[in-house]
Amino acid sequence: MAEKISREEVRHVAQLARLELAEAEEVRMTVQMNQILEYMDKLNELDTRDIPPTTHAIQLQNVFRDDSAGPSIDRELALDNAPQSDGTSFIVPKII
Amino acid sequence: MDVCSLTIHELHEWLVRKDLSATEAVRAYLDRIEELDSGLNCYITLMADEAMAEARAFDNGERDINASPLAGIPLAIKDVICTKGARTTCGSRILENFIPPYDGTVTRLLKSAGAIFLGKANMDEFAMGSSTENSAFGPTRNPWNPSRVPGGSSGGSAAAVAADLCAGSLGTDTGGSIRQPASFCGVVGFKPTYGRVSRYGLVAFASSLDQIGPITKDVEDAALLLQIIAGYDHRDSTCVNQPVPDYRASLNKSIKGLRFGVPREYFIEGMHPDISACVHKAMAVCRDLGAELVEVSLPHTDYGVAAYYIIAPAEASSNLARYDGVKYGLRVPDTRDLMGMYRQSRSQGFGAEVKRRIMLGTYVLSAGYYDAYYRKASQVRSLIRGDFLQAFEQCDALIAPVAPMPAFTIGEKTDDPLQMYLSDVFTLPASLAGIPGLSLPCGLSSEGLPVGLQILGPHFGEELVLRVAYQLEKALGMQGKKPPLR
Repeated sequence: MAEKISREEVRHVAQLARLELAEAEEVRMTVQMNQILEYMDKLNELDTRDIPPTTHAIQLQNVFRDDSAGPSIDRELALDNAPQSDGTSFIVPKII
Repeated sequence: MDVCSLTIHELHEWLVRKDLSATEAVRAYLDRIEELDSGLNCYITLMADEAMAEARAFDNGERDINASPLAGIPLAIKDVICTKGARTTCGSRILENFIPPYDGTVTRLLKSAGAIFLGKANMDEFAMGSSTENSAFGPTRNPWNPSRVPGGSSGGSAAAVAADLCAGSLGTDTGGSIRQPASFCGVVGFKPTYGRVSRYGLVAFASSLDQIGPITKDVEDAALLLQIIAGYDHRDSTCVNQPVPDYRASLNKSIKGLRFGVPREYFIEGMHPDISACVHKAMAVCRDLGAELVEVSLPHTDYGVAAYYIIAPAEASSNLARYDGVKYGLRVPDTRDLMGMYRQSRSQGFGAEVKRRIMLGTYVLSAGYYDAYYRKASQVRSLIRGDFLQAFEQCDALIAPVAPMPAFTIGEKTDDPLQMYLSDVFTLPASLAGIPGLSLPCGLSSEGLPVGLQILGPHFGEELVLRVAYQLEKALGMQGKKPPLR
């Protein structure tokens, strides 16, 4: 049986998802994702050529509102949950 | 009679008659939680001081106990819904210390109606799971048998109602997370139509599926809670602007002459015989009440699990990208760089199931796989939705089991994620279609575990679903059946 996803691909997807998997975790993830993706093949039993996709279960229309400023959360409150802040900004590691 | 076992509408009468003060009611619940919750683990965070302060406001006349049917009523709220100033963890280490700076819309509506929150209910991490075993704060146990799971993901909300650790609660349902735990715990759980209740302040899992709803001791309470939380909210652009009917007004109307569809695909081989027996008994009760039963087909039922477990993880992988250790949540410092900080924070903050779903979602959305998985699943979703629309041309409501088995044993499915996913087979299709679904206790298994009947209605058919449930509840005689605690 052909493998759906290899360990290297799992590592690549983890990188895309900003996750880091320990070796044992990576092995287990590969086995489980293969089992799950193999089950998903079931969908190929259905011919969906002319079927439009559903992205929402009810008909949604664009919701418009006036482009006007209103009150928003104040700075102090917004920073309350920050792992690191100087009272005016979020502090992050050096980026460039 | 024990105060804690009262329904919301009964407790309301006690409070209004002054048979009991609001502080006495809250105190009774806090005492019971103290006594039983170390074993059950229904709550992640208790709000005891805030609850007592709220109750005193009613007793000293600052607030009016007659103002609303929820005035002074102690509730639990799933820990995925923001409560201003009270920790909201989503069952995750990554939000272990998150204190929301605002109330979700449902929180605000319940508070203004006078409800008192006892605490935040345990759940599978980010609502991903069917057993509440994925909580970073330990599993919740089923009050009917502590070696069994309460179901999930709203397991804490359902078990707290079943064990009388609150008068009622809110849960959320993305693929069955209200209905399945309600069924496993022998209480009423109601997922309304997608768009009926605002999700502003609900931490997002899968945005095209998530919906908030009540978990209660009886159907009247479910109607009463839904009445408060349903309606349009400009803060949630998927919330539908449609009038909210008076849900309690039509509960007493007979169901004589209604046509109930029984979907043949919901009676599968391998289903637990006690589920089949209880559901057939409920079907006989429907006939006794004058309803007509017709067999219908929902031919794409069997594809629901595969479609859902592509669509929901895809949306989750995108929604959970916000946990980056910058604005809130866990940050694990990394000496290397920003990318290292992201990866360390997320890897240490998320549990195994959340990582699995983020990985699956990222994979099915990635270049080269999008059409084969995500687009295909979205097309199959159209077929599943079409099944229901067709069925409702032949009948007023559908009746079916909620889950193929009663509450399973803790640990039984944790090593096999696919088996866990397959246990959602009867709840996922209604979520994909966005229709309302209610779980009503309809019997006990031979081992004394509750069995739920699922009642499904067309989009925005809440009034009908509640009425059917109310009439069946009276006839089934399961009301007031309590787990053998103490």
